[in-house]
Amino acid sequence: MVETDQTYLLDATGVAKSFGAVRALTEASLQVAAGQVVALMGANGAGKSTFVKILTGALRPDSGRVLIRGNVARVGSPAEARRSGVVPVYQEPSLIPDLDVADNLRLGATPVEPFRHWVAELGIKALRLDHMIGDLPLATLRILDLARALAAQPDVLLLDEMTAALPTDLVERVLKVVRGQADEGRGVIYISHRFTEIAELCDSATVLRDGRTVGAVKIEPGVEDRVVEMMLGAKLDLGAAAGRVAPIAQGIPRLRLRGLEIVPKVSDVTFDLHAGEVLGVVALEGQGQDEVFDVLAGFRRATGGTLEVDGTAASFGHPADAIAAGLTFVPGDRAAALLRQRSVRENIALPFSARIRDWGPLRARHERARVNHAIEKLQIDTRAQGEVQRLSGGNQQKVTIGRWLAHGVRTLLLFDPTRGIDVRTKRQIYPLVRELAEQGAAVLFYTSELEEIPLACDRVVVIFNGRVVDILDAAGATEAVLMRAAYGLTAERAAS
Amino acid sequence: MMRVAQNNAWVLGLLLLLLALLGVTKLIQPGFGATGLESLARAALPFAFATAGMAIVVIAGGIDLSIASIMAVCGVTAAVLMQSMGAVPAVVLTLCLGAVMGAINGGLIVLTRVPDIVVTLAMLFVWEGVALLILSSPGGVVAPGLRALITGSLVPYVPNALLVIAVTISLVWLPVRRARLGLSIYAIGSDDLAAFRSGVNVGLTKVIAYGLAGVLAAMGGLSLIMLTGIGEPVPGPYLLASVAAVVLGGVVLGGGRGGLLGPIIAVFVLRIIRTILTLAAVDPNVTTIVEGVIMVAVVMLGAVVTYRGVRT
Repeated sequence: MVETDQTYLLDATGVAKSFGAVRALTEASLQVAAGQVVALMGANGAGKSTFVKILTGALRPDSGRVLIRGNVARVGSPAEARRSGVVPVYQEPSLIPDLDVADNLRLGATPVEPFRHWVAELGIKALRLDHMIGDLPLATLRILDLARALAAQPDVLLLDEMTAALPTDLVERVLKVVRGQADEGRGVIYISHRFTEIAELCDSATVLRDGRTVGAVKIEPGVEDRVVEMMLGAKLDLGAAAGRVAPIAQGIPRLRLRGLEIVPKVSDVTFDLHAGEVLGVVALEGQGQDEVFDVLAGFRRATGGTLEVDGTAASFGHPADAIAAGLTFVPGDRAAALLRQRSVRENIALPFSARIRDWGPLRARHERARVNHAIEKLQIDTRAQGEVQRLSGGNQQKVTIGRWLAHGVRTLLLFDPTRGIDVRTKRQIYPLVRELAEQGAAVLFYTSELEEIPLACDRVVVIFNGRVVDILDAAGATEAVLMRAAYGLTAERAAS
Repeated sequence: MMRVAQNNAWVLGLLLLLLALLGVTKLIQPGFGATGLESLARAALPFAFATAGMAIVVIAGGIDLSIASIMAVCGVTAAVLMQSMGAVPAVVLTLCLGAVMGAINGGLIVLTRVPDIVVTLAMLFVWEGVALLILSSPGGVVAPGLRALITGSLVPYVPNALLVIAVTISLVWLPVRRARLGLSIYAIGSDDLAAFRSGVNVGLTKVIAYGLAGVLAAMGGLSLIMLTGIGEPVPGPYLLASVAAVVLGGVVLGGGRGGLLGPIIAVFVLRIIRTILTLAAVDPNVTTIVEGVIMVAVVMLGAVVTYRGVRT
């Protein structure tokens, strides 16, 4: 640990929390001294958000203790946390959309004058207190959230991905103000995926991995590698990559994205996806990957750049347009893709009757053969086939992917298909994806689990802060390489 | 000034609609005057209270399907109590009973985490049974002084019934609306997570909102027995009518938006439409069709206008 012989403003040790059988936190610790900005870091799923919720009173820990100014803190609600001096700014705006600014301040008993001062200091001009929150842009809301927190004069300020939705000029202001807070003797916990900001702002970093604090390091030049190493740790081997020859990309690509822009999150996404290829997508949370998939699936339109499908320009106004163009989206949330009360067989056969001209009698024999083939491939315990909802999460996900084996698919968009799935089932999913590609499908595969990239993909694009920062060969993409790229480190090196 | 007009555009629009409808009534029946107005207001009173209670719950992001049953319980309780005690203690006890029943609804929702619509649907049957236990057939007495309270007009053209509702709302709702509690009620209806994070006690606020609705439902029950002079254990048609008026009154069913004035004006709009259609000798079956069409049309028109307003 960095310092030990002093009273910390906030001192959390051995915090644990389980949700049912899932242990989100096993032993998380964090110390913040006066005048310090501490970065809280961890890969996706390391337990950061649970830890934040506990520190701010939104969740009660199962065990462990949180001391504030040396006193045992009993924070049972955000209101209590606030009174004890820990004031958070959450990742999503926490202002009431149907009330105006003044009423929101009254609701949280925030003094108005300091609030106005901070809003101006943070670079928002001409804010009227009778503006409805619901009418204000996201970036302004983030600033209002922060100004509200600052006006409460907290001992410890907790900022969770504060800068994710902000334009650069506002980010500069925020960093300056936050640094000023620390210099005045407050403590700051700063959560961000951006190493540049952390290097500029923070004194030390506390790293979480698999629900446990694995260490704290001082921020100094070159510390990035060490932090990446700490975040990754020693991982279970998922098995070596199969000896594949990456197909030579040629001909007209299935998907061709050029300078895709989706305001405000995505500024420049460019890549090609060819038939027979699995293209991985790597990005930290909230770097714009959700928006890119939304556009490809037809949920929203891009605001700039071009998208070509099989060489023709496309812009989808409705999911049906995307499906008609041969793009099939498999969401990360399995519940959104399956008929939970129906059988595995029906779920797999469903796309056969998606088009109106298929609404006639089921072409039983033809269908059954293909469905049977898919079920065989899926290796699902037949006893549980009656209702999909009785399958485990992993098996459900196999059905969402496997149905396209039976149906045939041109372009498959997989969004984090293995989140929350056990290792064994994961290993069954990669061959499914590979087989789809070998049948001639083009697969776009976003995953939050970096170790999967070499196992399932041919190439990988890395998205950081709304732009493609790197395209790598998947075979050589170790986790450390990907993690560095995902944190925008390679791009910065190249730029500087 | 513009802003005040903008925020209350819906209420102003409804008010204009109401005046127009009153004009139409006068055209169809030239004899319509102070007396007609008085009986209209009196008949609308139970609806107005039920609607006000429902509006508070809906603003808080819930819905209370048991509101008509609470009215019935309170009505029969008051009618029975007045057999043995004075009007004032009976009324006070009844109002407390309403608050408790509402709070029980809210408490169950908060504690069990069962959706509002399911809990209050269940309580609809429970309170209905309770009302029948208290009084198995219409009966009880109502103090004549109470009946006189809602009859006639102290001020010309302003029926007493209207004054009763104005006084009740300003005693029950206005203090709340102006306090932090009122903001909290709007906050939990608008976004309960954001409210929780802003330090609002979401559960308690919800219980209080349902409690307030209970008090207003009790007033509804009381006004009903004042109208009829007898306790009636079977709930009247107030549930769906109150939801209709709440929607027409500009309260968003998802919660967080609207007020109490709009829904109460909407009650009178709906009542007067019925009066007009009756006066015009329209088939009663057609009447309900017309009411339904008007509701959809007005809400749709309102949505279009608001959308334009946001856009420009």
